[in-house]
Amino acid sequence: MTTTELERPARPPVFHHLSTGRKARNHLATVLVSLAFLIALVPLVWLLATVVIKGWRALVSPDWFTHSLKGVLPDQFAGGIYHALYGSLAQALVCAVIAVPIGILAAIYLVEYGRGWLARLTTFMVDILSGVPSIVAALFIFALWISTFGLEQSAFAVSLALVLLMLPVVVRSCEEMLRLVPQELREASYALGIPKWKTIVRVVLPTALSGIVTGSMLALARVLGETAPVLVLVGYSQSINFNIFDGNMTSLPLFIYNQFTNPTAAGQLRIWGAALTLILLVMLFNLIATVISRFSAIKTK
Amino acid sequence: MSMKDEVVSRPAGQERETGSMMGGMGEQEQERGERPKRVGDRVFRYLTTTSGLVIVVAIVLIGFFLLIKAVPSLLADSTNFLTDWRFDTTGGKLAFGIRDMLVVTVLSSLLALVLAMPISLGIALFLTQYAPRSLARGFGYLVDLLAAVPSVVFGLWGVLVLGPAIEPVQRALNAGLGWFPLFSDGNVSLAGGGNIFTAGVVLAVMLLPIITSVTREVFRQTPVNQIEGALALGATKWEMVRTTVLPFGKSGFIAASMLGLGRALGETIAVLMILHTATSPSGFSFFDGGSTFASKIASAASEFSEPLPTGAFIAAGLVLFLLTFVVNAIARSIAKPKKEKA
Amino acid sequence: MAKRLDAKDLNIYYGKFQAVAEVTLAVPPRNVTAFIGPSGCGKSTVLRTLNRMHEVTPGARVEGEVLLDGEDIYAGGVDPVDVRRTIGMVFQRPNPFPTMSIKDNVIAGLRLAGVRDKSRLDEVAERALRGANLWNEVSDRLNKPGGSLSGGQQQRLCIARAIAVQPAVLLMDEPCSALDPISTLAIEDLIAELKKEYTIVIVTHNMQQAARVSDQTAFFNLAGVGQPGKLIEIDDTEKIFSNPGQQATEDYISGRFG
Ligand SMILES: Nc1ncnc2c1ncn2[C@@H]1O[C@H](COP(=O)(O)OP(=O)(O)OP(=O)(O)O)[C@@H](O)[C@H]1O
Ligand SMILES: [Mg+2]
Repeated sequence: MTTTELERPARPPVFHHLSTGRKARNHLATVLVSLAFLIALVPLVWLLATVVIKGWRALVSPDWFTHSLKGVLPDQFAGGIYHALYGSLAQALVCAVIAVPIGILAAIYLVEYGRGWLARLTTFMVDILSGVPSIVAALFIFALWISTFGLEQSAFAVSLALVLLMLPVVVRSCEEMLRLVPQELREASYALGIPKWKTIVRVVLPTALSGIVTGSMLALARVLGETAPVLVLVGYSQSINFNIFDGNMTSLPLFIYNQFTNPTAAGQLRIWGAALTLILLVMLFNLIATVISRFSAIKTK
Repeated sequence: MSMKDEVVSRPAGQERETGSMMGGMGEQEQERGERPKRVGDRVFRYLTTTSGLVIVVAIVLIGFFLLIKAVPSLLADSTNFLTDWRFDTTGGKLAFGIRDMLVVTVLSSLLALVLAMPISLGIALFLTQYAPRSLARGFGYLVDLLAAVPSVVFGLWGVLVLGPAIEPVQRALNAGLGWFPLFSDGNVSLAGGGNIFTAGVVLAVMLLPIITSVTREVFRQTPVNQIEGALALGATKWEMVRTTVLPFGKSGFIAASMLGLGRALGETIAVLMILHTATSPSGFSFFDGGSTFASKIASAASEFSEPLPTGAFIAAGLVLFLLTFVVNAIARSIAKPKKEKA
Repeated sequence: MAKRLDAKDLNIYYGKFQAVAEVTLAVPPRNVTAFIGPSGCGKSTVLRTLNRMHEVTPGARVEGEVLLDGEDIYAGGVDPVDVRRTIGMVFQRPNPFPTMSIKDNVIAGLRLAGVRDKSRLDEVAERALRGANLWNEVSDRLNKPGGSLSGGQQQRLCIARAIAVQPAVLLMDEPCSALDPISTLAIEDLIAELKKEYTIVIVTHNMQQAARVSDQTAFFNLAGVGQPGKLIEIDDTEKIFSNPGQQATEDYISGRFG
């Protein structure tokens, strides 16, 4: 205490005040950070507004969800996306039927059984697969299915390419959910003399179920918007085709890409209408996923 | 009761090996050694392992099939695959190179990354540190909404709405900064904005939700005691962010950006719809047109019939595969140490 | 139905680390044995080797033998699943299956072992819940999720679940450490009841509890950090608490430890 009474300020401030420089920097940072968020809203609002304004009229036209473009002329305001909606849902569904079981089983392998080099290799490969561009997946299926096996282009080939894109997403999310299941539950089950596989099927999986369903729905939503595989692996069709193994089949992305080259007003309405439909479909799947995740048996954070 | 008797009535005296009877361990290791007697366990184990193997095999097959389909075309290529800008597969004679595809792919992706990184960082900070708690969740959904927009819609918006709208900006940049190679005259007309610049901006918008979502998670995991420690020292919010959140989340943010870069490199339809085709080689300008690997392949997809020309495109696909492979591998190696800490 | 349990020369490892060395002890049937000792001395580890739960941990390993009525549970042909069905376990933290109702939790062991007979399952559920002194509290809401009960009730639910498969031995790892005094008392009463039918081994940090519920007490101790835990002595509870054979035991019990 070398300071004497005299050297001290008469009345020391209650709080230390920030220097103006620090204050200014703090304000600047706040402004910039908020600005970044606002900048992100610009394309979002702009894009969504464009799609809604240009496309809503298509959705309220009577034939939109119930008719295909069969017999409709390019410049005719008629027909709808019935065939493309079916195509999108059918391709996604077939993809999910293949990818979800394999994905869940692979995740179970990684979490419950995997040790050593094979598990590490599998984890690595899941990472790699999740980075594979959709066009490369499409090319691979083309090289395998069409150019090596000599099979025709078909919706099923598209589904196969989509499986490659969906698998890593399912594995990752499922793995995460399985790891959240407390080890205690497995031990409680083992301690009752329940074999490991039954413990997994009857205790671990049900506990993680809602999370797994959520993850799968999100993966499905992503796959719905994929365009590259349909460009390479299936042909465009004006009318509905229920057979996924044979013939051309339009999906919503393919519909948009095809009508994109139709410069008439009717064509414009169709592309924006289909874009709006596709966004709503993806959002619907996301919404379902969110709702399901509410029913989780695992308490997270 | 019957179950208990089972154990007891089991024939006694299988001489057990002295010492450690159950070697290395972990239940399944022991099962591996001893063969589990339960059929269910064995079948289930076999089933799950096979599913894991499916993924490994898929990657191996992708590499293998792309390679065997590409090699004959590469051998038949009459020009340098790496340095020629032309991609001519018609008329029986193959002359294809990837120079321009590489340039366009890399330029558009890097532009996207440069635009998206700072904004994503800002959004992630805003959502985790700055936005009022009650609103942060809703704001987060808004950003996630961007991820729900399929790329074909981004392409549509980019070419029909954004491109024409930012054409004046591009003209101004070209006029004012034209001496700088990146902003010099491109090999396509500026009209309509069908160039790398527009593609880069659209890709940047597509990357925002991807980079933000991962970064947000990492920032959220910043230890609370570090944050409180900084605040208790009298740090301003920005100083707290700079000394705790940013150092903690840096590697996560970079890894997320690399993942985004991987996505941008492989984006197909949006780029295909935006870019105008070019008839002269790229001069490394943002105002060039042309095509990326992905958009080139997609644009030619309807003509895949002859093996040799198709193989040329598959060769391009292989290069794209390797490119994304490397970028993703870097992203993972950056992200891994963080995971272990968390 | 209750059986005796003998452990001989147990050396227990986690990977390279030896957690417990040379434990030999005998647990007579219809008897409560308490494990006491400082934290980290290997009580849980020994307990988990008694029903082959130890090997669930990756890298874990056991040497020595554990005899259930003279049969080695680690013998070559013995399936750990059968061992665990015969030697039940209750954990420190109550862990009912979150996706199952109260009743389904209780009958989980039987049902997953393939018992389908509905009337038998109902009967077992009631008997086990009565055995765990929980029936009166939950009989009107058997279909509610197991997680909807209080902590003490959940722990008794877990005990009911363990005794529903009618094990010969019941292992309990600090079953009361997450519970309030009232629930603790309820569980101690329950242990006194269960003793008539089961062989019980209980790990506890609560000296009074060990004195109250057990017939014999085993004291474990640790020579130092990184050293394996050892069994210092095992004897009648009365003797351990009044006149232990080892100085270390007396120090620990009288609180002069460490
Ligand atoms: N899963 C594990 N992996 C590695 N080491 C472990 C593991 N579990 C326990 N250990 C170690 O084994 C030793 C004995 O642990 P154990 O849990 O059996 O002690 P404890 O007597 O039950 O302690 P407490 O009274 O705190 O429950 C300790 O040194 C502990 O660090
Ligand atoms: Mg313990």
